[in-house]
Amino acid sequence: MSEAGNAQRAATIAVLVENEAGVLARVIGLFSGRGYNIDSLTVAPVDETGRISRITVVTSGTEMVIEQIKAQLDRLVPVHKVSDLTLEGPHLVRELALIKVVGRGENRVEALRLADAFRARVVDATTESFVFEMTGAAEKIDAFCALMRPIGLAEVSRTGAVAIARGPRGLS
Amino acid sequence: MSAATKPASTEAALTMSGAEVVLRALKDNGVEVIFGYPGGAVLPIYDALFQQNAIRHILVRHEQAAVHAAEGYARSTGKVGCVLVTSGPGATNAVTGLVDALMDSIPVVCLTGQVPTHLIGNDAFQEADTTGITRPATKHNYLVKKSGDLARVVHEAFYVAKSGRPGPVVIDLPKDILINKAPYTEPPIAAHRSYRPQTEPDAEQIRKAVRLLKAAKRPIVYAGGGVINAGPEASRLLTEFVRMTGFPCTNTLMGLGAFPSEDPHFVGMLGMHGTYEANLAMHGCDVMLNIGARFDDRVTGRLNAFAPNSKKIHADIDPSSINKNVPVDVAIVGDAGRVLAALIECWKTEDAPQDKHVLTAWWRQIDEWRTKDCLRYRQSGKIIKPQHAVKRLYEITKELGRETFITTEVGQHQMWAAQYFGFQKPNRWMTSGGLGTMGYGLPAAMGVQIAHPDALVIDIAGEASILMNIQEMGTLAQYRLPVKVFILNNEYMGMVRQWQELLHGGRYSESYSAALPDFVKLAESFHAKGIRVTDADDLDAGIREMIAYPGPVIADIAVAKDENCFPMIPSGAAHNEMILGEDQEGGVAGVTDEGKVLV
Repeated sequence: MSEAGNAQRAATIAVLVENEAGVLARVIGLFSGRGYNIDSLTVAPVDETGRISRITVVTSGTEMVIEQIKAQLDRLVPVHKVSDLTLEGPHLVRELALIKVVGRGENRVEALRLADAFRARVVDATTESFVFEMTGAAEKIDAFCALMRPIGLAEVSRTGAVAIARGPRGLS
Repeated sequence: MSAATKPASTEAALTMSGAEVVLRALKDNGVEVIFGYPGGAVLPIYDALFQQNAIRHILVRHEQAAVHAAEGYARSTGKVGCVLVTSGPGATNAVTGLVDALMDSIPVVCLTGQVPTHLIGNDAFQEADTTGITRPATKHNYLVKKSGDLARVVHEAFYVAKSGRPGPVVIDLPKDILINKAPYTEPPIAAHRSYRPQTEPDAEQIRKAVRLLKAAKRPIVYAGGGVINAGPEASRLLTEFVRMTGFPCTNTLMGLGAFPSEDPHFVGMLGMHGTYEANLAMHGCDVMLNIGARFDDRVTGRLNAFAPNSKKIHADIDPSSINKNVPVDVAIVGDAGRVLAALIECWKTEDAPQDKHVLTAWWRQIDEWRTKDCLRYRQSGKIIKPQHAVKRLYEITKELGRETFITTEVGQHQMWAAQYFGFQKPNRWMTSGGLGTMGYGLPAAMGVQIAHPDALVIDIAGEASILMNIQEMGTLAQYRLPVKVFILNNEYMGMVRQWQELLHGGRYSESYSAALPDFVKLAESFHAKGIRVTDADDLDAGIREMIAYPGPVIADIAVAKDENCFPMIPSGAAHNEMILGEDQEGGVAGVTDEGKVLV
């Protein structure tokens, strides 16, 4: 282990788990009990039978802590596989956001213009509001929300990151 | 497959209640004895227990003791210990025992009753969120909500408890699941879908380790409880490896007995109250081989000064133990026994020569450290030194030659037991290492005695710790378990007192054992024998009387009240900053504020 062991890094970790009662509590309890950071966490079943769920957790820490997080996740009984996408190479990270903007007049026009530029879709509209749906990296959603703030940003709902490695290699 | 070869499958099995399925599954997993305490939610299991003879039930007096007893049973036999408690308070009382088993990697399966499934979440009488509470207290836990899952879950629980790094598993059983009919399937079940720990070490890592070890000038083998958990063969292989290489060997508190203490290669226990030679050998080594130990803070002292100029090899069955506290150079994931077998094999075939000459210089250095005689104490006069009491206990049991098992409570007496009682075989020493649970020793001794009815089982205790589970004297009486409780009575929570003396200006805040019971009368009221020894001249006779008595005994040994446990590495200090007994006057210099924060 290098002496530069105190440098922090972010890690996007994919975890395949048995889709059983309490499995998410185990993962979250592990992070809180051992004092690790959770920047975001998403979970949903991903196989045809619904028996396997995929958790994507974005965390940060020193190299030693991130190695520890992976090892601790891997020894949970219902965990099938742990993969550090950040370490393992090129990967895609996406987040879905639903963004409500409320306003009238020129602000509505401006909101639509910006949404177009960011490739956000209008999924709900009233005479005084829009709900935009957008997908992208967290930074893109952050930027969009920042632009919407002065023109009527009312509410944001975000999924947190989901991620997958580029190329033909699968995780299971 | 004919019905005759598999009588318990499907059709026929639906004649069994859930409770009967549970007991059948326990039996098929080799359970002979279960430690428990009844209550409303588990009445169906108690009813089924009443109607069978395959499994013996031991009625404890508190659920915490049931788990410790199962731990004692497990640690002295290598089998999985089994516990049965009711819902709510039964389960919450068991939690301390479960965490104890988790910290010390002891295989235990604990069945807890639960309110019926339709009442879960309704704050019903004696309802607790047992799986929620025990999630961080166990290796894994289950709530059985379907009768069809019952048999599989029990089989799986035993697999999880004993595989990889062992640990406690809870199965929460709602009362309706126990009453309703349930199908039974025999073990073994299909391979676990997700939990398959690696036991076979990687050959390349083994080669790297052997190359480092062959070139070592100042090597040390540091072996822990993982060697004991890997079974007696692993201890035999450890002994073979150490003798073959000529290396010095130290054991952790949990590893005592993995290597024979009377072997000249043994340098004693290491860590906070380890020997001078073990700690200095750790500090000065150039290659360290850690097998089945976890670089616990009691062992390492200040991390940035831990074995500063060494290459470290760490073999552990749990990958999360590796590089957790101490970064290592060679990581080997595997069962301690397999690792040792592979190391021995590779040592024999690897060409690189071993320079025995440099080893001689290392041993000369170690022998010089040994001349400090760091465990020396002065027994003079009538007042019994606690060290002397343990030493005489060891010598007398050795002379008698009976199979002897030692359990302890937690505190000074525990450390003196570790320092002055020698262990030549594994599974003879049961102590609460990781969690440090006062009240562990008496129930653990019960479990050991159940497993080894003819052996001599001694709980080396302190007068404060023993009171934490003293109610178990009733269990000893009921089952005529001849456990000996050997109390080093200094009228203090001695380790608390020692820290207050050394680190808190001698302000003995709440550490005096006031209003102690008369232990002789206490023993007698529980149908046991009571002995009190106050004079050093009577010590041997007291020990012999205790051992000779065929039933349970409390031997209350009045010892020096202000004796401290040395050597000691104060919190936040390094191995080479150890304080020895002769330095004890005037307190400890050099404990930093940072050190005081540590426990």
